[in-house]
Amino acid sequence: MIEVRGLTKRYGDKIAVDNLSFGIEPGNVTGFLGPNGAGKTTTMRCILGLDYPDAGTVAVAGQEYRGLAYPMREVGALLEAKALHGGRSAYSHLLCLAQTNGLPRRRVGEVLELVGLADVARKRSKGFSLGMSQRLGIAGTLLGDPRVLMFDEPVNGLDPEGILWIRNLMKTLASEGRTVFVSSHLMSEMENTADHLIVIGRGKLIADCTMSEFIARSSGAAVRVRTPSGDQLVRAVTGKGATAVADDDGSIEVRGMSAEQIGDLAFTEGIRLHELATVRASLEEAFMELTASSVEYHADAPGQPVTTTAGSGV
Amino acid sequence: MATTITDVRLSALPPVTGRAGLGGVIASEFTKLRSVRSTYWTIGALIIVSVGVAALVGFGMASSFHNQPWQKAGTDATQDSLIAFFELGQLIIAVIGAMSITSEYSTGMIRTSLTAMPRRGTVYLGKLIVLTTVTLVVSLVTSFLAFFVGQSALSGTGVAASLFHSVTIPAGAQVNQRGNGPTSYVFQGTDLISSGTVLTAVVGTALFVTVVALIAFGLGAIIRHTAGAITSTIGLMFVLSIIIQILPDNWRWDIMRFFPDAAGRVISVTVGGGNPHLWSAWPQFLVTVIWAVVLVGIGGYLFRKRDA
Repeated sequence: MIEVRGLTKRYGDKIAVDNLSFGIEPGNVTGFLGPNGAGKTTTMRCILGLDYPDAGTVAVAGQEYRGLAYPMREVGALLEAKALHGGRSAYSHLLCLAQTNGLPRRRVGEVLELVGLADVARKRSKGFSLGMSQRLGIAGTLLGDPRVLMFDEPVNGLDPEGILWIRNLMKTLASEGRTVFVSSHLMSEMENTADHLIVIGRGKLIADCTMSEFIARSSGAAVRVRTPSGDQLVRAVTGKGATAVADDDGSIEVRGMSAEQIGDLAFTEGIRLHELATVRASLEEAFMELTASSVEYHADAPGQPVTTTAGSGV
Repeated sequence: MATTITDVRLSALPPVTGRAGLGGVIASEFTKLRSVRSTYWTIGALIIVSVGVAALVGFGMASSFHNQPWQKAGTDATQDSLIAFFELGQLIIAVIGAMSITSEYSTGMIRTSLTAMPRRGTVYLGKLIVLTTVTLVVSLVTSFLAFFVGQSALSGTGVAASLFHSVTIPAGAQVNQRGNGPTSYVFQGTDLISSGTVLTAVVGTALFVTVVALIAFGLGAIIRHTAGAITSTIGLMFVLSIIIQILPDNWRWDIMRFFPDAAGRVISVTVGGGNPHLWSAWPQFLVTVIWAVVLVGIGGYLFRKRDA
């Protein structure tokens, strides 16, 4: 549905997107991940023709976005919830969007109903909370019943209720067979929603894979062990070639051995175990590892912010 | 507020052929204009100021004619009624013209607008058509209202202009005052003000003010900032000809002919030969139109070329 080929975009000296290529297949939720400043928004702006690429091409449904006969019937995009005139009522805002694509007026009332804003339809949007503005923006994306939906950081700044609402919405839209392309800088937001992932860092593609492939790529399982004789255990497992790291809470994280191997080893060494559990590396960690390496790779680039992996415990 | 999606069935969209184009954009731009309060405030201010001042000027003149009838000589009643619309109306209409595009940038709405309709040339043209139509209608209504209100305040003075018949007014007056005695005066010569000349002034002023809105629109598209666009419109329409006054007279006027505000000095004049240094009303108006075309053209080029 969306094909990005060799996309490059510079703002002055700063390269925001660097020879980026990926494709988005219809019918599932594709997560677009990367740290802040990785180029996610720029990529989306280029897809929508808001920014012009310095190099490369972007095609939506086989052609340039600008060439789509009725853009709102193909793509519903929400990049900024507050990108609207605050003096205009929710109803009028949606009406003026619908009119550009010849969409019937009744759709405006229907999408307002759908997102739960029917009661405030005639209110000026400057009084809306961020959550209400997000709902209004989403209502706008649904006006044309599009096959592709694009959301840029849709849960940023929302309260838990709003986050839950948007997650459910994305799942519902995907279950209806639509393509959902949603960006985030937090892996945790994608964990339960995305089927496919596109990960970028510094404007470059880091990963383009299914969620399960992504999990498999991550540095693998660790085993958490709790024991009164910690030093003894660490000596034992490192002697077998595994690595062991003591956590702040007194537990030890072992990598390179399975839980069974550690249990057997502890039995033969006579070490008492209080806890033995396999810990799958969280997606957040896997994501941070991936993007951190991209950051390290570019660490000598001047004037670039540096992201760290603080708190990952690795 | 519901935490889950309420079970609302969206009605199916009718099938379409062709592609979204100018018609939809025009409808949309008209909705944008009529759905914000600032439109009503600015248009209301334009009408109240223009018509109100025309009435005040008319009554003021009528009262001074009562005491000093010789002042009627050479009175350009049409211009006196249009002066507020012309001078202050330009400022207000510049705000409407500039904001019809800069408010999209200040609010971020432009990104939403161009996502809904990515064909920028069509968006720009639609905005231009709606702005031109609305400001032309508003300007014509205001101009005629100001004229009629101003002239009715002058009715009975003998110098009120008319759109329906020619009016002859005294061209000059010989005033004699002897000591503390009564002042006597004799009118000298006459000026014939044809209804055609009056119509040209009333319609021409409305057209001029409309073109000022387009100049502000073009500057708005170039600068993309409300205050900047309005300030530069004022600079172009008011300040430039003040600055130019430091130049020697003999070539100052040769330059001023090419300024966008020069038309304003001749277009509302119905008495006397106009300004001898400038071209007549319509050629001078054409100069203003060319300024508008160039600025709107540059604005359109940048609107299409720049990142939104």
